[in-house]
Amino acid sequence: MDTRVPEIKSVAAPEGIEGAGFFATSLEKVVGIARANSLWPLPFATSCCGIEFMATMGAHYDISRFGSERPSFSPRQADLLMVMGTIAKKMAPIVKQVYEQMAEPRWVLAMGACACSGGIFDSYSVLQGIDRIIPVDVYIPGCPPRPEQVLDGLMRVQDLAKNESIRRRNSPEYQALLASYNIK
Amino acid sequence: MAVNDALAGTHKIVEEAQEQQGGQLVPTLNDFSQELTTLNLGPTHPATHGIFQNILQMDGERIISGVPTIGYIHRAFEKIAERRPFYQITPLTDRMNYCSSPINNIGWHLTVEKLLGVTVPKRAQYMRVIMMELARIADHLICNSILGVDTGAFTGFLYVFQEREKIYEIYEEVCGSRLTTNMGRVGGMERDFSPVAIEKLRKWLKEFPAVMKEFEAMFNRNRIFMDRVVNVGPITAEKALNYGFTGPNLRAAGVDYDVRVMNPYSSYEDFEFDIPVGTNGDTYDRFIVRNEEIWQSLRIINQALDRLPEGPFHADAPHYYLPPKQAVYKNMEALIYHFKIIMGEIDAPVGEVYQSVEGGNGELGFYLISDGGRTPYRLHFRRPCFIYYQAYSEMVVGTSLSDAIVILSSMNVIAGELDA
Amino acid sequence: MADPTKEESTAAQETAAAQDPTAQQNAQVLALLHSLFGEATFTDVHEPYGLLTVTTKREHIHRIVAGLQQDETLKFHFLTTMCGINYPENLNQELGMIYHLHSLVHNIRVRIKIFFPLADPVVPTLTDLYAAANWMEREAYDFYGIIFTGHPNLRRILNVEDMDYHPMRKQYPVEDGTREDKTDLFFGR
Repeated sequence: MDTRVPEIKSVAAPEGIEGAGFFATSLEKVVGIARANSLWPLPFATSCCGIEFMATMGAHYDISRFGSERPSFSPRQADLLMVMGTIAKKMAPIVKQVYEQMAEPRWVLAMGACACSGGIFDSYSVLQGIDRIIPVDVYIPGCPPRPEQVLDGLMRVQDLAKNESIRRRNSPEYQALLASYNIK
Repeated sequence: MAVNDALAGTHKIVEEAQEQQGGQLVPTLNDFSQELTTLNLGPTHPATHGIFQNILQMDGERIISGVPTIGYIHRAFEKIAERRPFYQITPLTDRMNYCSSPINNIGWHLTVEKLLGVTVPKRAQYMRVIMMELARIADHLICNSILGVDTGAFTGFLYVFQEREKIYEIYEEVCGSRLTTNMGRVGGMERDFSPVAIEKLRKWLKEFPAVMKEFEAMFNRNRIFMDRVVNVGPITAEKALNYGFTGPNLRAAGVDYDVRVMNPYSSYEDFEFDIPVGTNGDTYDRFIVRNEEIWQSLRIINQALDRLPEGPFHADAPHYYLPPKQAVYKNMEALIYHFKIIMGEIDAPVGEVYQSVEGGNGELGFYLISDGGRTPYRLHFRRPCFIYYQAYSEMVVGTSLSDAIVILSSMNVIAGELDA
Repeated sequence: MADPTKEESTAAQETAAAQDPTAQQNAQVLALLHSLFGEATFTDVHEPYGLLTVTTKREHIHRIVAGLQQDETLKFHFLTTMCGINYPENLNQELGMIYHLHSLVHNIRVRIKIFFPLADPVVPTLTDLYAAANWMEREAYDFYGIIFTGHPNLRRILNVEDMDYHPMRKQYPVEDGTREDKTDLFFGR
């Protein structure tokens, strides 16, 4: 009988000074770890990529292992806006509205070729990429991307969240970025 | 109780409004009155699967009228198709009803084969039947499990999605892709079923019935589920026909119209299967009809796999069917055909053809007008979702909001097919 | 370019015409149409791939469809689909509507076409006969600018409400002309 205790992977501790009963590190690192491991996605699923997201949510690929246990459909309570599928020009104001309702810190993940750049639909009614209207942090190409790619994209967002300075959202560069998209 | 008395007062408004309009409430946008609430359901809403909007006029919890708005994912398929050669339209058809892409692909290939006069050999036809029925099962599994999620039962969704993962594995063996399959070619399939594919298929056919029985045991006679869906959103057969319903929604209303039986294609006449039909077209009937169709599809797949004939898996049509790559690298004619077909220089005759297949939602039709050029002159998709979703605003009048969500779920409206 | 459906293909057509039961049924439908509305109402009668196709004028379309729907023997109770079409080279017949009807009882399909000028794209509605026609006519209006008299709610359905042109007409390209990143230079145009 196999009596080995399985090694449970846990989040690695950040750099810091350790002692008996205490651990000293910078607030930024702790906040970063907390944010990265509890990204609540807003699944903005419009078309086929939404079905692949449902597969990623399912038991086989299980996005909740990565902290995204609670998909939130309310933008006020979500961290990560995952735009999955084609965004038509009719839908674009709604994406922007949803993005504006999210509270900082917020990240945007463009899943699928249509969200990244319009995909195979180079037509008059399709927005050629959501980065025309909102700032995007991670792009996942694919049509549709496999669940493994989605998880990889999520892990890139986790890296961004972990290493982000806690002053970034108030910095002039970020404000300028939002201003360039006409987002207050 | 005081609560009931307070509620009694509000319901009078519905009857008053009905009387004012002479008995029948017609949904209009001008129905504004102080006592009614306007609720914006969508386009982004957790329970609407896909993006479409319904502006509901509500009297408390009861819906008086609903005005739908669609087009939030209009990608101009018909316009794009006028600029694409035949093989480049197959990926477009994938993305219409993306829950059952092989049916769309094969339907399109059947249309082109009808136009070109290509006869598909029996083996390829049986292979196509197997893939189409697998796709139908996959589509119905999503619809029914999401109906469960909408009534609060998340477990069914998780169990059933595992089976869908296994179907994806079979798709990958056959065509290389999980969801948007781009399966097959004009004249047959792109490759024969590999031994791995057949083995995966047999294994799945052995294991799936047990999972399906478990799913049915969770829902079919579940008191809570039945209370939520029985007599919710019924539609009569006459009204359904007038609204152009097809597929499980129409069969739940009592009309046994199935394109596989009425206009058989791809050797469906060789197989023995029943058409499950409901009685009053409510949500429960639609759910049960879809479950039963899954069992009938399993019957068809078993028959097709057992009787899979030997022979070529594609027609001998070098002008339309891509030659195998080994031949392209060695053989001059194969290289030329490959080049011509990829560049879209297929000699299409002038003509118009209408071909329909039984999609997951009903009669999926392709109306192709060719002017002899490399791209269609006009390609019109008869999209079942687009046509029967019109009835939704009539079906929800008088129901509560939670019933409206359940009705929407049971109609299986796929946004890709709705807007094209 | 003339109406391309006037020319036929070869082998496929012949095999379709050789299917006797379909040809007989089509003859039956044609006989009914002729008896109810007169032979002169229908031009360009042919059966591409076994589907009876007739062309008529927009003044008659409502009567013809109603007649087919109400006929007690044939019972065309199902409107399969309807779509618009644009032939820019046909003077005074630039726009068209094509209706597919289906009799589920006898499994007969029929296709009816009407053509009318671009300057006067007005057609009677079929919403009083088939509820399914409602959105299909809105789609034809959205794509081609065909105006259906008597339609309860004729406004755009798939495109944005304030779009000012009808995109499926042949004169307009697929792509959005105002996008800056995908220049025609890169796409070899």
